Amino acid sequence: MKVIELKNVSKTFHRSGGQKLLRHYLADILGKTDAEQFFALKDVSFSIRDGESVAVIGANGAGKSTLLSLVTQLVPPSTGTLDVKGRTAALLDLGSGFHPDLTGRENILLNASLLAFSRKQAHDLYDSIVEFSELDDFIKEPLRTYSNGMMLRLAFSVAVNLDPEILIIDEVLAVGDQKFQAKCTEKIFEIRNQGNTLLCVSHVSPTLQLLCERALWLDHGQLVMDGPIGEVAAAYEGRLTRQG
Amino acid sequence: MWKGDYLFLLQNLVVKDFKIRYRNMSLGVFWSLLNPLVMMGALTFVFTAVFPNNQIPNFPIFVLCGLVPFNFFTVAWQNGTISVANNAGLIKRVPVPREIVPIATVLSTCVHLGIQIALLLVMVLVFGRGLNWNWLWLPVVWGLEILFVCGLTLITSALDVYVRDVRYVVESACTLLFWMVPVFYAIQSVPQSYANIYQFNPLSALILALRTILIDGAAPSSTLLLKLTFSSTLVFALGLYVFHRLKRQFFDYL
Repeated sequence: MKVIELKNVSKTFHRSGGQKLLRHYLADILGKTDAEQFFALKDVSFSIRDGESVAVIGANGAGKSTLLSLVTQLVPPSTGTLDVKGRTAALLDLGSGFHPDLTGRENILLNASLLAFSRKQAHDLYDSIVEFSELDDFIKEPLRTYSNGMMLRLAFSVAVNLDPEILIIDEVLAVGDQKFQAKCTEKIFEIRNQGNTLLCVSHVSPTLQLLCERALWLDHGQLVMDGPIGEVAAAYEGRLTRQG
Repeated sequence: MWKGDYLFLLQNLVVKDFKIRYRNMSLGVFWSLLNPLVMMGALTFVFTAVFPNNQIPNFPIFVLCGLVPFNFFTVAWQNGTISVANNAGLIKRVPVPREIVPIATVLSTCVHLGIQIALLLVMVLVFGRGLNWNWLWLPVVWGLEILFVCGLTLITSALDVYVRDVRYVVESACTLLFWMVPVFYAIQSVPQSYANIYQFNPLSALILALRTILIDGAAPSSTLLLKLTFSSTLVFALGLYVFHRLKRQFFDYL
Protein backbone atom coordinates (compact mmCIF):
# COMPACT_ATOMS: atom_id res chain seq x y z
CA MET A 1 0.00 0.00 0.00
CA LYS A 2 1.27 3.45 -0.88
CA VAL A 3 1.15 5.71 2.16
CA ILE A 4 2.77 8.75 0.56
CA GLU A 5 2.37 9.57 -3.10
CA LEU A 6 3.53 12.68 -4.94
CA LYS A 7 2.74 13.29 -8.60
CA ASN A 8 4.50 16.15 -10.41
CA VAL A 9 4.57 18.25 -7.27
CA SER A 10 5.98 21.78 -7.44
CA LYS A 11 6.11 24.40 -4.75
CA THR A 12 6.92 28.01 -5.50
CA PHE A 13 7.58 30.93 -3.22
CA HIS A 14 7.63 34.63 -3.97
CA ARG A 15 11.05 36.20 -3.92
CA SER A 16 9.79 38.97 -1.66
CA GLY A 17 9.72 36.54 1.25
CA GLY A 18 5.98 36.21 1.10
CA GLN A 19 5.26 39.62 2.54
CA LYS A 20 3.31 41.76 0.15
CA LEU A 21 2.84 45.45 0.69
CA LEU A 22 -0.03 47.53 -0.60
CA ARG A 23 1.98 48.67 -3.62
CA HIS A 24 2.59 45.02 -4.59
CA TYR A 25 -1.14 44.34 -4.53
CA LEU A 26 -1.74 47.44 -6.62
CA ALA A 27 0.93 46.30 -9.08
CA ASP A 28 -0.79 42.91 -9.27
CA ILE A 29 -4.16 44.48 -10.01
CA LEU A 30 -2.67 46.76 -12.65
CA GLY A 31 -0.95 43.77 -14.22
CA LYS A 32 2.54 45.10 -13.66
CA THR A 33 3.65 42.10 -11.66
CA ASP A 34 7.20 40.90 -12.08
CA ALA A 35 6.49 37.18 -11.85
CA GLU A 36 9.66 36.45 -9.98
CA GLN A 37 9.01 33.11 -8.44
CA PHE A 38 11.36 30.72 -6.80
CA PHE A 39 10.94 26.96 -7.18
CA ALA A 40 11.58 25.26 -3.84
CA LEU A 41 10.46 22.00 -5.43
CA LYS A 42 10.10 21.37 -9.14
CA ASP A 43 8.15 18.49 -10.67
CA VAL A 44 8.85 15.91 -7.98
CA SER A 45 7.19 12.48 -8.23
CA PHE A 46 7.71 9.48 -5.99
CA SER A 47 5.77 7.15 -3.73
CA ILE A 48 6.51 5.43 -0.46
CA ARG A 49 4.92 2.13 0.61
CA ASP A 50 4.04 1.41 4.22
CA GLY A 51 6.89 0.06 6.28
CA GLU A 52 9.55 1.66 4.09
CA SER A 53 12.19 3.88 5.63
CA VAL A 54 13.40 6.58 3.32
CA ALA A 55 16.10 9.21 3.70
CA VAL A 56 16.02 12.56 1.95
CA ILE A 57 19.49 13.95 1.27
CA GLY A 58 20.80 17.04 -0.45
CA ALA A 59 22.67 20.29 0.13
CA ASN A 60 21.25 23.20 2.10
CA GLY A 61 18.41 24.84 0.20
CA ALA A 62 17.75 21.79 -1.96
CA GLY A 63 14.10 21.71 -0.87
CA LYS A 64 14.28 19.02 1.81
CA SER A 65 12.40 20.94 4.47
CA THR A 66 9.83 22.14 1.95
CA LEU A 67 9.24 18.52 1.01
CA LEU A 68 8.62 17.63 4.66
CA SER A 69 6.23 20.57 5.10
CA LEU A 70 4.25 19.30 2.12
CA VAL A 71 4.13 15.73 3.39
CA THR A 72 2.99 16.87 6.85
CA GLN A 73 0.32 18.95 5.06
CA LEU A 74 1.36 22.24 6.55
CA VAL A 75 1.16 23.77 3.11
CA PRO A 76 -0.52 22.63 -0.12
CA PRO A 77 1.61 22.15 -3.27
CA SER A 78 1.47 24.91 -5.90
CA THR A 79 0.86 22.35 -8.64
CA GLY A 80 0.62 18.57 -8.75
CA THR A 81 -1.10 16.18 -6.36
CA LEU A 82 -0.09 14.81 -3.01
CA ASP A 83 -1.70 11.98 -1.10
CA VAL A 84 -0.82 10.95 2.47
CA LYS A 85 -2.56 8.14 4.34
CA GLY A 86 -2.13 7.42 8.04
CA ARG A 87 -1.26 9.33 11.16
CA THR A 88 1.91 11.35 10.78
CA ALA A 89 4.07 12.70 13.56
CA ALA A 90 6.67 15.23 12.60
CA LEU A 91 9.81 15.90 14.56
CA LEU A 92 10.38 19.04 12.51
CA ASP A 93 11.28 21.66 15.01
CA LEU A 94 11.28 20.11 18.41
CA GLY A 95 9.33 22.07 20.94
CA SER A 96 7.56 24.50 18.61
CA GLY A 97 4.44 24.27 20.75
CA PHE A 98 6.30 24.82 24.02
CA HIS A 99 5.95 27.86 26.23
CA PRO A 100 8.69 28.84 28.72
CA ASP A 101 6.29 29.92 31.48
CA LEU A 102 4.43 26.62 31.61
CA THR A 103 5.72 23.67 33.61
CA GLY A 104 7.00 20.51 31.99
CA ARG A 105 3.73 18.76 32.80
CA GLU A 106 1.58 21.52 31.28
CA ASN A 107 3.77 21.58 28.19
CA ILE A 108 3.47 17.81 27.76
CA LEU A 109 -0.33 18.00 27.80
CA LEU A 110 -0.40 21.02 25.47
CA ASN A 111 2.02 19.45 23.01
CA ALA A 112 0.19 16.14 23.17
CA SER A 113 -3.06 17.82 22.19
CA LEU A 114 -1.32 19.69 19.35
CA LEU A 115 0.01 16.38 18.05
CA ALA A 116 -3.55 15.01 18.00
CA PHE A 117 -3.50 12.89 21.17
CA SER A 118 -6.91 12.51 22.76
CA ARG A 119 -7.33 13.44 26.42
CA LYS A 120 -7.31 9.80 27.48
CA GLN A 121 -4.22 8.91 25.41
CA ALA A 122 -2.37 11.93 26.77
CA HIS A 123 -3.03 10.98 30.37
CA ASP A 124 -2.27 7.30 29.71
CA LEU A 125 1.03 8.09 28.04
CA TYR A 126 2.05 10.85 30.46
CA ASP A 127 4.07 8.57 32.75
CA SER A 128 5.98 6.89 29.94
CA ILE A 129 6.78 10.31 28.42
CA VAL A 130 8.18 11.58 31.72
CA GLU A 131 10.10 8.36 32.24
CA PHE A 132 11.60 8.46 28.76
CA SER A 133 12.65 12.09 29.16
CA GLU A 134 14.47 11.31 32.47
CA LEU A 135 13.45 14.71 33.82
CA ASP A 136 12.06 13.38 37.13
CA ASP A 137 11.21 16.21 39.53
CA PHE A 138 11.99 18.95 37.01
CA ILE A 139 8.67 18.12 35.34
CA LYS A 140 6.93 20.39 37.88
CA GLU A 141 9.20 23.37 37.14
CA PRO A 142 8.57 26.02 34.46
CA LEU A 143 10.32 25.32 31.16
CA ARG A 144 12.45 28.46 31.32
CA THR A 145 14.47 26.87 34.13
CA TYR A 146 15.44 23.97 31.84
CA SER A 147 18.68 23.64 29.95
CA ASN A 148 18.45 23.44 26.17
CA GLY A 149 19.20 19.74 26.23
CA MET A 150 16.47 19.05 28.78
CA MET A 151 13.94 20.89 26.65
CA LEU A 152 14.81 18.88 23.55
CA ARG A 153 14.64 15.65 25.53
CA LEU A 154 11.13 16.53 26.64
CA ALA A 155 9.99 17.43 23.11
CA PHE A 156 11.47 14.27 21.65
CA SER A 157 9.82 12.13 24.30
CA VAL A 158 6.38 13.57 23.53
CA ALA A 159 6.70 13.06 19.79
CA VAL A 160 8.06 9.52 19.72
CA ASN A 161 5.57 8.28 22.28
CA LEU A 162 2.70 9.21 19.99
CA ASP A 163 3.18 5.86 18.22
CA PRO A 164 2.90 7.37 14.73
CA GLU A 165 2.24 5.38 11.58
CA ILE A 166 4.47 7.74 9.61
CA LEU A 167 7.35 9.33 11.52
CA ILE A 168 8.98 12.33 9.91
CA ILE A 169 12.36 13.40 11.24
CA ASP A 170 14.24 16.55 10.31
CA GLU A 171 17.85 16.47 11.49
CA VAL A 172 16.92 16.02 15.11
CA LEU A 173 18.84 12.88 15.90
CA ALA A 174 21.39 14.93 17.83
CA VAL A 175 19.37 15.40 21.01
CA GLY A 176 20.96 15.74 24.44
CA ASP A 177 24.09 13.95 25.62
CA GLN A 178 25.52 10.82 24.05
CA LYS A 179 23.61 8.48 26.32
CA PHE A 180 20.30 10.11 25.46
CA GLN A 181 21.19 10.22 21.76
CA ALA A 182 21.76 6.48 21.82
CA LYS A 183 18.39 6.04 23.49
CA CYS A 184 16.64 8.19 20.85
CA THR A 185 18.27 6.31 18.00
CA GLU A 186 17.23 3.04 19.61
CA LYS A 187 13.65 4.32 19.93
CA ILE A 188 13.55 5.33 16.27
CA PHE A 189 14.83 1.90 15.25
CA GLU A 190 12.15 0.35 17.44
CA ILE A 191 9.44 2.42 15.70
CA ARG A 192 10.79 1.33 12.32
CA ASN A 193 10.97 -2.32 13.30
CA GLN A 194 7.32 -2.24 14.34
CA GLY A 195 6.53 -1.77 10.65
CA ASN A 196 5.96 1.99 10.66
CA THR A 197 6.97 4.25 7.81
CA LEU A 198 9.93 6.56 8.33
CA LEU A 199 10.95 9.65 6.41
CA CYS A 200 14.25 11.22 7.55
CA VAL A 201 16.00 14.33 6.43
CA SER A 202 19.57 14.28 7.58
CA HIS A 203 23.16 14.51 6.57
CA VAL A 204 24.62 11.29 5.32
CA SER A 205 25.88 9.37 8.33
CA PRO A 206 26.50 5.73 9.23
CA THR A 207 23.38 5.75 11.44
CA LEU A 208 21.23 7.04 8.58
CA GLN A 209 22.54 4.30 6.29
CA LEU A 210 21.58 1.69 8.89
CA LEU A 211 18.18 3.22 9.53
CA CYS A 212 16.99 3.75 5.98
CA GLU A 213 16.99 1.38 3.03
CA ARG A 214 16.16 3.90 0.33
CA ALA A 215 17.22 7.47 -0.35
CA LEU A 216 15.94 10.40 -2.37
CA TRP A 217 18.51 12.95 -3.50
CA LEU A 218 17.22 16.46 -4.02
CA ASP A 219 19.20 19.14 -5.79
CA HIS A 220 17.85 22.65 -6.37
CA GLY A 221 14.31 21.43 -5.88
CA GLN A 222 14.58 18.53 -8.31
CA LEU A 223 14.72 14.84 -7.60
CA VAL A 224 17.99 13.69 -9.16
CA MET A 225 18.23 10.15 -7.82
CA ASP A 226 15.97 7.63 -6.09
CA GLY A 227 17.31 4.22 -5.10
CA PRO A 228 18.97 2.07 -2.43
CA ILE A 229 20.70 4.29 0.15
CA GLY A 230 24.17 2.85 -0.45
CA GLU A 231 24.16 3.81 -4.12
CA VAL A 232 22.57 7.21 -3.65
CA ALA A 233 24.92 8.12 -0.80
CA ALA A 234 27.93 7.05 -2.86
CA ALA A 235 26.80 9.11 -5.85
CA TYR A 236 26.06 12.11 -3.62
CA GLU A 237 29.44 11.97 -1.92
CA GLY A 238 31.13 11.41 -5.27
CA ARG A 239 29.57 14.66 -6.54
CA LEU A 240 30.73 16.50 -3.41
CA THR A 241 34.35 15.37 -3.81
CA ARG A 242 34.37 16.30 -7.49
CA GLN A 243 33.08 19.75 -6.62
CA GLY A 244 35.53 20.12 -3.73
CA MET B 1 -5.39 15.75 8.05
CA TRP B 2 -5.25 16.51 11.73
CA LYS B 3 -7.60 14.12 13.55
CA GLY B 4 -7.17 15.11 17.16
CA ASP B 5 -9.44 16.00 20.03
CA TYR B 6 -10.67 19.55 19.36
CA LEU B 7 -12.05 20.13 22.84
CA PHE B 8 -8.91 18.88 24.57
CA LEU B 9 -6.73 21.11 22.38
CA LEU B 10 -8.99 24.12 22.84
CA GLN B 11 -8.99 23.62 26.60
CA ASN B 12 -5.19 23.36 26.71
CA LEU B 13 -4.74 26.49 24.59
CA VAL B 14 -7.19 28.51 26.71
CA VAL B 15 -5.57 27.37 29.96
CA LYS B 16 -2.12 28.19 28.53
CA ASP B 17 -3.13 31.72 27.61
CA PHE B 18 -4.72 32.33 30.98
CA LYS B 19 -1.80 30.92 32.96
CA ILE B 20 0.92 32.79 31.14
CA ARG B 21 -1.00 36.02 31.53
CA TYR B 22 -1.28 35.75 35.29
CA ARG B 23 1.49 33.46 36.48
CA ASN B 24 4.07 36.22 36.98
CA MET B 25 1.68 38.86 38.34
CA SER B 26 1.64 39.33 42.10
CA LEU B 27 -1.91 40.64 42.02
CA GLY B 28 -3.15 37.96 39.60
CA VAL B 29 -6.81 38.14 38.63
CA PHE B 30 -7.27 41.22 40.83
CA TRP B 31 -6.26 43.23 37.75
CA SER B 32 -9.44 42.11 36.02
CA LEU B 33 -11.43 43.81 38.79
CA LEU B 34 -9.33 46.93 39.17
CA ASN B 35 -9.53 48.22 35.60
CA PRO B 36 -13.35 48.40 35.25
CA LEU B 37 -13.72 49.81 38.76
CA VAL B 38 -11.25 52.63 38.10
CA MET B 39 -12.91 53.43 34.75
CA MET B 40 -16.33 53.34 36.39
CA GLY B 41 -15.13 55.80 39.04
CA ALA B 42 -13.59 58.16 36.49
CA LEU B 43 -16.61 58.20 34.17
CA THR B 44 -19.00 58.61 37.09
CA PHE B 45 -16.95 61.58 38.30
CA VAL B 46 -16.95 63.21 34.85
CA PHE B 47 -20.66 62.73 34.18
CA THR B 48 -22.05 63.44 37.64
CA ALA B 49 -19.62 66.08 38.97
CA VAL B 50 -18.10 67.76 35.89
CA PHE B 51 -21.25 67.58 33.73
CA PRO B 52 -23.93 67.25 36.41
CA ASN B 53 -26.87 67.71 34.04
CA ASN B 54 -27.44 64.08 33.04
CA GLN B 55 -30.68 62.45 34.16
CA ILE B 56 -29.50 58.83 34.32
CA PRO B 57 -30.20 57.14 37.67
CA ASN B 58 -27.72 54.58 39.10
CA PHE B 59 -25.00 56.03 36.90
CA PRO B 60 -22.14 53.81 38.24
CA ILE B 61 -23.86 50.53 37.29
CA PHE B 62 -25.24 52.11 34.13
CA VAL B 63 -21.68 52.81 33.00
CA LEU B 64 -20.37 49.45 34.24
CA CYS B 65 -22.98 47.71 32.03
CA GLY B 66 -21.24 49.45 29.13
CA LEU B 67 -17.63 49.01 30.27
CA VAL B 68 -17.63 45.26 30.89
CA PRO B 69 -18.82 44.30 27.38
CA PHE B 70 -16.68 47.02 25.80
CA ASN B 71 -13.50 45.84 27.58
CA PHE B 72 -14.14 42.24 26.68
CA PHE B 73 -14.83 43.12 23.07
CA THR B 74 -11.72 45.24 22.53
CA VAL B 75 -9.30 42.95 24.37
CA ALA B 76 -10.61 39.79 22.69
CA TRP B 77 -10.68 41.38 19.24
CA GLN B 78 -7.20 42.93 19.46
CA ASN B 79 -5.51 39.83 20.93
CA GLY B 80 -7.35 37.59 18.50
CA THR B 81 -6.34 39.66 15.49
CA ILE B 82 -2.62 39.25 16.13
CA SER B 83 -2.91 35.63 17.32
CA VAL B 84 -2.27 33.88 14.00
CA ALA B 85 0.75 36.01 13.05
CA ASN B 86 2.14 35.72 16.60
CA ASN B 87 1.81 31.95 16.60
CA ALA B 88 3.73 31.54 13.34
CA GLY B 89 5.92 28.88 14.98
CA LEU B 90 2.87 26.78 15.64
CA ILE B 91 1.22 27.37 12.27
CA LYS B 92 4.38 26.50 10.34
CA ARG B 93 5.26 23.40 12.32
CA VAL B 94 2.12 21.65 13.49
CA PRO B 95 -0.79 20.78 11.19
CA VAL B 96 -3.49 21.77 13.72
CA PRO B 97 -6.67 23.28 12.32
CA ARG B 98 -5.79 26.96 12.04
CA GLU B 99 -9.20 28.21 13.15
CA ILE B 100 -8.49 27.00 16.63
CA VAL B 101 -5.77 29.61 17.25
CA PRO B 102 -7.89 32.82 17.08
CA ILE B 103 -10.90 31.10 18.66
CA ALA B 104 -8.81 29.90 21.62
CA THR B 105 -7.47 33.43 22.07
CA VAL B 106 -11.00 34.87 22.22
CA LEU B 107 -12.16 32.17 24.61
CA SER B 108 -9.23 32.72 26.95
CA THR B 109 -10.37 36.34 27.31
CA CYS B 110 -13.69 34.90 28.49
CA VAL B 111 -11.97 33.78 31.69
CA HIS B 112 -11.55 37.33 32.84
CA LEU B 113 -14.84 38.23 31.34
CA GLY B 114 -16.34 35.79 33.85
CA ILE B 115 -14.64 37.64 36.70
CA GLN B 116 -15.85 41.01 35.42
CA ILE B 117 -19.42 39.78 34.99
CA ALA B 118 -19.32 38.56 38.60
CA LEU B 119 -18.17 42.05 39.61
CA LEU B 120 -20.98 43.61 37.59
CA LEU B 121 -23.61 41.38 39.19
CA VAL B 122 -22.29 42.13 42.68
CA MET B 123 -22.42 45.88 41.95
CA VAL B 124 -26.00 45.54 40.70
CA LEU B 125 -26.96 43.88 43.98
CA VAL B 126 -25.05 46.50 46.00
CA PHE B 127 -27.04 49.24 44.25
CA GLY B 128 -30.24 47.56 45.34
CA ARG B 129 -31.40 46.21 41.97
CA GLY B 130 -32.31 42.70 43.08
CA LEU B 131 -32.26 39.34 41.36
CA ASN B 132 -35.00 38.67 38.85
CA TRP B 133 -35.97 35.90 36.45
CA ASN B 134 -34.80 37.88 33.46
CA TRP B 135 -31.21 37.21 34.55
CA LEU B 136 -31.71 33.93 32.71
CA TRP B 137 -31.33 35.95 29.49
CA LEU B 138 -27.71 36.80 30.42
CA PRO B 139 -26.10 33.58 29.09
CA VAL B 140 -28.03 34.00 25.83
CA VAL B 141 -26.91 37.55 25.11
CA TRP B 142 -23.32 36.89 26.21
CA GLY B 143 -23.18 33.70 24.12
CA LEU B 144 -24.22 35.64 21.03
CA GLU B 145 -21.64 38.31 21.78
CA ILE B 146 -18.84 35.73 22.04
CA LEU B 147 -19.99 34.21 18.75
CA PHE B 148 -19.83 37.66 17.16
CA VAL B 149 -16.30 38.37 18.43
CA CYS B 150 -15.12 34.94 17.22
CA GLY B 151 -16.43 35.69 13.74
CA LEU B 152 -14.91 39.14 13.60
CA THR B 153 -11.58 37.83 14.91
CA LEU B 154 -11.48 35.04 12.30
CA ILE B 155 -11.73 37.68 9.58
CA THR B 156 -9.18 40.15 10.95
CA SER B 157 -6.67 37.54 12.12
CA ALA B 158 -6.58 35.97 8.65
CA LEU B 159 -6.21 39.36 6.97
CA ASP B 160 -3.47 40.34 9.44
CA VAL B 161 -1.29 37.50 8.12
CA TYR B 162 -1.29 39.07 4.65
CA VAL B 163 -1.29 42.74 5.60
CA ARG B 164 0.13 43.41 9.04
CA ASP B 165 -1.42 46.89 9.13
CA VAL B 166 -4.75 45.26 9.97
CA ARG B 167 -3.83 45.20 13.67
CA TYR B 168 -3.54 49.02 13.69
CA VAL B 169 -6.86 49.36 11.89
CA VAL B 170 -8.43 47.20 14.60
CA GLU B 171 -6.76 49.24 17.33
CA SER B 172 -8.09 52.50 15.87
CA ALA B 173 -11.54 50.99 15.39
CA CYS B 174 -11.60 50.09 19.10
CA THR B 175 -10.73 53.64 20.14
CA LEU B 176 -13.50 54.94 17.91
CA LEU B 177 -16.00 52.37 19.19
CA PHE B 178 -15.76 53.72 22.74
CA TRP B 179 -17.68 56.77 21.45
CA MET B 180 -19.88 55.00 18.91
CA VAL B 181 -21.43 52.49 21.28
CA PRO B 182 -23.56 53.71 24.21
CA VAL B 183 -21.00 53.07 26.98
CA PHE B 184 -21.56 56.29 28.91
CA TYR B 185 -24.68 57.74 27.28
CA ALA B 186 -28.22 56.46 26.96
CA ILE B 187 -29.59 55.23 23.65
CA GLN B 188 -32.55 57.57 24.24
CA SER B 189 -30.24 60.54 23.67
CA VAL B 190 -29.40 59.25 20.19
CA PRO B 191 -31.72 60.58 17.41
CA GLN B 192 -34.24 57.90 16.40
CA SER B 193 -32.92 57.47 12.85
CA TYR B 194 -29.47 56.52 14.17
CA ALA B 195 -30.75 54.48 17.11
CA ASN B 196 -32.11 51.73 14.84
CA ILE B 197 -28.68 51.22 13.34
CA TYR B 198 -27.17 50.90 16.82
CA GLN B 199 -29.14 47.71 17.43
CA PHE B 200 -27.46 46.00 14.50
CA ASN B 201 -24.10 46.50 16.16
CA PRO B 202 -23.97 43.44 18.43
CA LEU B 203 -21.84 45.30 20.95
CA SER B 204 -24.41 48.10 21.35
CA ALA B 205 -27.22 45.56 21.37
CA LEU B 206 -25.54 43.65 24.19
CA ILE B 207 -25.04 46.80 26.28
CA LEU B 208 -28.68 47.78 25.80
CA ALA B 209 -29.84 44.27 26.69
CA LEU B 210 -27.69 44.23 29.84
CA ARG B 211 -29.20 47.51 31.03
CA THR B 212 -32.72 46.30 30.37
CA ILE B 213 -32.11 43.08 32.28
CA LEU B 214 -30.02 44.32 35.19
CA ILE B 215 -31.27 47.87 35.82
CA ASP B 216 -34.86 47.81 34.57
CA GLY B 217 -35.38 44.17 35.54
CA ALA B 218 -37.17 43.46 32.25
CA ALA B 219 -36.66 41.02 29.38
CA PRO B 220 -34.80 42.44 26.34
CA SER B 221 -37.13 43.31 23.44
CA SER B 222 -37.63 40.63 20.82
CA THR B 223 -36.58 42.92 17.93
CA LEU B 224 -33.30 43.56 19.70
CA LEU B 225 -32.75 39.84 20.31
CA LEU B 226 -33.54 39.06 16.68
CA LYS B 227 -31.14 41.69 15.37
CA LEU B 228 -28.42 40.46 17.77
CA THR B 229 -28.91 36.83 16.72
CA PHE B 230 -29.00 37.74 13.07
CA SER B 231 -25.82 39.83 13.00
CA SER B 232 -23.82 37.50 15.30
CA THR B 233 -24.60 34.38 13.30
CA LEU B 234 -23.99 36.16 10.03
CA VAL B 235 -20.60 37.51 11.14
CA PHE B 236 -19.55 34.11 12.51
CA ALA B 237 -20.48 32.30 9.28
CA LEU B 238 -18.70 34.96 7.25
CA GLY B 239 -15.66 34.64 9.51
CA LEU B 240 -15.43 30.88 9.00
CA TYR B 241 -15.77 31.32 5.24
CA VAL B 242 -13.15 34.08 4.93
CA PHE B 243 -10.70 32.26 7.20
CA HIS B 244 -11.13 29.03 5.26
CA ARG B 245 -10.43 30.82 1.99
CA LEU B 246 -7.35 32.61 3.28
CA LYS B 247 -5.70 29.90 5.39
CA ARG B 248 -4.24 27.94 2.46
CA GLN B 249 -1.49 30.49 1.91
CA PHE B 250 -0.68 31.21 5.59
CA PHE B 251 2.50 29.16 5.39
CA ASP B 252 3.96 31.35 2.62
CA TYR B 253 3.20 34.61 4.39
CA LEU B 254 4.39 33.78 7.90
